[in-house]
Amino acid sequence: MSAIETILVAMLAGCLRVSTPFLFVSLGECLTEKSGRINLGNEGALVLGAMVAYAVSYQTGNPWLGVLGGAAAGGALGLLHGGLCTLARVNDVAMGIAIMLAGTGMAFFFGKPYVQPSAPQLPSIPLGFWSDVPRIRSALNVSPLFFLGIAAAFGLYYIFRGTRMGLRIRIVGDSADAARALGLPIERIRLFATGAGSALAGIGGAFLSLSYPGSWNEGLSSGQGLMAVALVVFARWNPLACIGAALLFGAAGALGPSLQTVGITWGYYLFYAAPYVATLVMLIVTVAPGRALAGMPGELSIGR
Amino acid sequence: MTTDVTGAIEVEAVGIAKRFGAFTALDGVSARFRPARVHALLGENGAGKSTLVKCLLGYYRADEGSILVEGREASIERPADADALGLGMVYQHFTLVPSMTVAENLVMARADVPAVIDWSRERTALAAFMQTMPFQVPLDIPVGRLAAGERQKTEIVKQLYLRRRFLVLDEPTSVLTPAEAEQMLGLVRELTHSGAITTVIITHKLREVAMFVDDVTVLRRGRMAGSGEARSLSAAAMTAMMIGEPQVPANPERRGVPAQAPVLEITGLRTPGIGGRAGLGIDKLIVRGREIVGIAGVSGNGQAGLVEVLAGQRAATDGEMLVDGEPYDATRGAAQARHVRVLPEEPLRNGCVPRMTVTDNLNFRTFDDGGGRFWLDARAMGQRARRMIDMFGIRAPSPLAPIGVLSGGNVQRCVLARELDGEVRLLVVANPCFGLDVKAVADIRARIMAARNAGTAVLLISEDLDEILELADRILVMREGRIVHETPGAGADAQAIGAHMVGQH
Repeated sequence: MSAIETILVAMLAGCLRVSTPFLFVSLGECLTEKSGRINLGNEGALVLGAMVAYAVSYQTGNPWLGVLGGAAAGGALGLLHGGLCTLARVNDVAMGIAIMLAGTGMAFFFGKPYVQPSAPQLPSIPLGFWSDVPRIRSALNVSPLFFLGIAAAFGLYYIFRGTRMGLRIRIVGDSADAARALGLPIERIRLFATGAGSALAGIGGAFLSLSYPGSWNEGLSSGQGLMAVALVVFARWNPLACIGAALLFGAAGALGPSLQTVGITWGYYLFYAAPYVATLVMLIVTVAPGRALAGMPGELSIGR
Repeated sequence: MTTDVTGAIEVEAVGIAKRFGAFTALDGVSARFRPARVHALLGENGAGKSTLVKCLLGYYRADEGSILVEGREASIERPADADALGLGMVYQHFTLVPSMTVAENLVMARADVPAVIDWSRERTALAAFMQTMPFQVPLDIPVGRLAAGERQKTEIVKQLYLRRRFLVLDEPTSVLTPAEAEQMLGLVRELTHSGAITTVIITHKLREVAMFVDDVTVLRRGRMAGSGEARSLSAAAMTAMMIGEPQVPANPERRGVPAQAPVLEITGLRTPGIGGRAGLGIDKLIVRGREIVGIAGVSGNGQAGLVEVLAGQRAATDGEMLVDGEPYDATRGAAQARHVRVLPEEPLRNGCVPRMTVTDNLNFRTFDDGGGRFWLDARAMGQRARRMIDMFGIRAPSPLAPIGVLSGGNVQRCVLARELDGEVRLLVVANPCFGLDVKAVADIRARIMAARNAGTAVLLISEDLDEILELADRILVMREGRIVHETPGAGADAQAIGAHMVGQH
């Protein structure tokens, strides 16, 4: 196997793994923003979800129960954010930062006892069975959560297009005046969208602790929850485009480790910073001054 | 014509009173809206027109009085009750969701939307429904991309789709071109006379009343000021009912002819387009001293962009602007040196700091030209403000009240007073009379004309064609960011201008 092939295989493997949490958090953020609210607290939901998922998996011995636990923990944090944002004069961006700090803080506090023990991990699907090359076989061991994420993206796309609930979320997010005229319960719909969005972020956390890297410690997240906000902008609030955006971020995140597999060690920190650089570039390219963002929900506080 | 609508109904208000705290918005108003007729509800701002229809539609609960529908007393306590009776309203500010298609908007407006929407079935039903409509709107285009006239039609189609039998239109033509307005009102009239609906139009355009309305009801300060058949009422009689005075304010007098030398000269001005809308592409625009150049156009055809460039709120990518032959880059320094002033639209948002005092806001143009002093001269600022308040008849609780508490007309007077203070070579004015009542409109227009007579070059950008016809010495039409038509103001043909506004000349 040539060096290039090795790098490509490693990047493919890394991409499929690194992109999964991005995918879940960005879908969650997309759902929340479609309802006209921003949730920067999804970083907190991700970390708390990772910790709760790990703890539940360790205590029950069932990693799928862990995933459910992660979703529930994220959802609870989202409902807290959503509930606080319904109060008068509460700014969703400022509150999101508070929720992010609260979520990570709680995760670190309650997660201390779970740093040492090892919890049962999620199984992965061996899609590389056809190959003799061990590297390809291990690269194509894909977590079922990845496919769940893809299914969730298609599900959300369908919900926004063809269901009463999805269209109501879009109305509330695009024009509060129209929603009021239709008699929709704006705050309740936003609360639901915030809770459900954070539950998706919690599943993304469960992937971190139960699949890849597959352990619980305080350095588990590297800001995926925050970068997902940029990713949603890049994906133009379209769940299907979130898949592509997450894969792109995943590939950027896999760049550093892939180069390491063939012994390229110079510029280590530079390559590891690729996702952050990608975020910056993406924001600069997509929000050039004087250009309105197509697809942006009209009620979003950053847009008004 | 056949529609699904089950027929017009009669609605009657009997002795409706509504108070907000100490303020009496409606004081024992009775009005009967006979079925299958077009009614006009006339009155100045604050006369109680909106309050009355909001009581009929369940948005407010009347403190006294009752509502009869088809002669029977109806209890309308919330909008849903009005819905059930077939009463509906098209708002001045549209309630369609911009990012959704017409089809999505229509289906979601229904009370009985299924949890999962079968789009192929809905599409077939909608297409069949649309066949029965007197006018068509495209089903698959996001509402945000429709022109204002199309949106207005969509709102009306939506009401018919919801099987409304009594329809209130709140200033339906304020965002339409004359041709669009006439077409739309003609269709509404036809629909009403076919027996499908009863229509109430809230308006202050007497020309439309004369052309399309059967019955007129006039409110003044929360009371009934008169009513009758439109045929039997003259425009002067209706105006007298509305403002309670027999005289109509006279048109301001135009004195002197435009100067020869241009004050404002714009060449090759370009800005990038935004969100599918065309940017500016103005090859040549000249405004002379003692001349009002009116720019007509349908909302969203680049007028706002032009004002923003002249006011320094947006940078042009290319082009040259000269004021009195000197380059003008719309910075604060250039505006002060060249004596350029701007009365932007929605002045409370674009030209004021709502929470700062009237005095502060009146001094925004001049507070920093005291020759590099560090402290503000509070005494001079106060004197200047009091002078402007007296000269322009601004009604404020106190010069130290926040400007945000003033009425729309008084905010407009404040900003105009500030912008016309001192030497003014060029005045840019955008929609100066939007949302003001008859008296304030006459006052503001007279001030603009006086500035012109004193030698100022005025660039008037307005969506109200009547205003441009009244004030402008020269009229330009703007469409998709370009100047597409030019005509002298005297004897200009409103229909021809309207045709150029929509590109059908």
